[in-house]
Amino acid sequence: MASLRDIQTKIAGVKKTRQITRAMNMVSAAKLRGVQEKTERFRPYAAKFAEVLGSLSQGVDPGIHPLLAQPDKVEKVALILFTADRGLCGSFNMNLINAGLRFIKEQQGAGKQVQLYIVGRKGRDFFKRRPEVDVKEALTGVMNVVDFDLAVQVARMGLNAFLSGEVQEVYYLYSNFRSMARLIPTVAKLLPIAPEAVAGEAAKTGGQEYMTEPSAEQILVDLLPRYVNVRIYSGLLETATSEQAARMSAMDNATRNCKDMIENLTLLYNKARQAAITTELMDIVGGAEALKG
Amino acid sequence: MANKILLEVVTPDKLLLSKEVDVVVATSVEGEFAVLAGHVPFLTSLAVGELKLKDGNATDYAAINGGFAEITGQKFTVLAESAELAREIDVDRARKARERAEQRLAKSASEQINYARAEAALKRAMLRMKVAERTRAA
Repeated sequence: MASLRDIQTKIAGVKKTRQITRAMNMVSAAKLRGVQEKTERFRPYAAKFAEVLGSLSQGVDPGIHPLLAQPDKVEKVALILFTADRGLCGSFNMNLINAGLRFIKEQQGAGKQVQLYIVGRKGRDFFKRRPEVDVKEALTGVMNVVDFDLAVQVARMGLNAFLSGEVQEVYYLYSNFRSMARLIPTVAKLLPIAPEAVAGEAAKTGGQEYMTEPSAEQILVDLLPRYVNVRIYSGLLETATSEQAARMSAMDNATRNCKDMIENLTLLYNKARQAAITTELMDIVGGAEALKG
Repeated sequence: MANKILLEVVTPDKLLLSKEVDVVVATSVEGEFAVLAGHVPFLTSLAVGELKLKDGNATDYAAINGGFAEITGQKFTVLAESAELAREIDVDRARKARERAEQRLAKSASEQINYARAEAALKRAMLRMKVAERTRAA
């Protein structure tokens, strides 16, 4: 059996760990609130944007903009994968990466090549060890502060790959934040923009008729690249929210495990102490008996 | 108030401005235009340009870095990826941005994409300075 002192050291160690995990839990909770506020502030923009876009694009001809052009044949696709920069958030990053691997396999199964764009250090680190996957670009150290500029930067990677004709389709994989306990890696098609998707936005809002200047088509041409930014931004925000939620529950679990461990160790410590006292008593009694002779 | 129009400037980061005003003058890709309450539903692309709002005797300015505007009878909504109120503009930062953009412009004359980007940055910086000066003069 471990000595009393060993057990005490262990208990002190676990207590310190618990302090850290508890602090991390609280930090994540604060960050989660921050990201949620950001999402809240973004909502009016996104809603208005969808409304206007929807009402403009009714019966639109895909020929007016390269971002709407459906390819005849898809040989190569790009995937923009969002992960976190940091770990200690349970299976969050692995879930996203696995979903990415699944996507790559599927596409390759269909005879298409895949090139990868990564946002987040964890994703990059994983794929660095997998040279068979073609990683074009990786942005790291950016998930801490998600803002619209970042979205524009990410969107530009996708737009460049698409417009240069390097790839025929662009997808993005983000973590869909359904609830604190349901964070679902989700693949969505970014480019080309599906006219049905845009029209779907209109159905939701019941688009309004406008007088436009310049022509509706001209405005739409202006709007579509911005639409890509909007979608990327909401994907990034959801991923950031999910990351903090995942870390919160991971740290919550860790704190609880620490508590259990401390309880068990304390029990062990008390038992060991009792045993030591008993042995000492036996010694004393034994010694006294011997003296009596 | 039947003869006032509600102006809202919305960016991805926040609702920048929400105010009832008499007249809004904005810069579309085709030039400046003014809007009063009761305008027909109207949609336009905004250029990198200034937004002027008049309410009584007070005039206020904002810099809009491109976007679009939706106008319904009582409401003027500006959707911009970034926008700043005149009094919130950091003139020093704008001046530095302008210098940077000018340097880049001189350097990247050969590459088309970078050139376009630097040119856009220069435009934005100059606009910010112009708008900021307007409020100072007033």
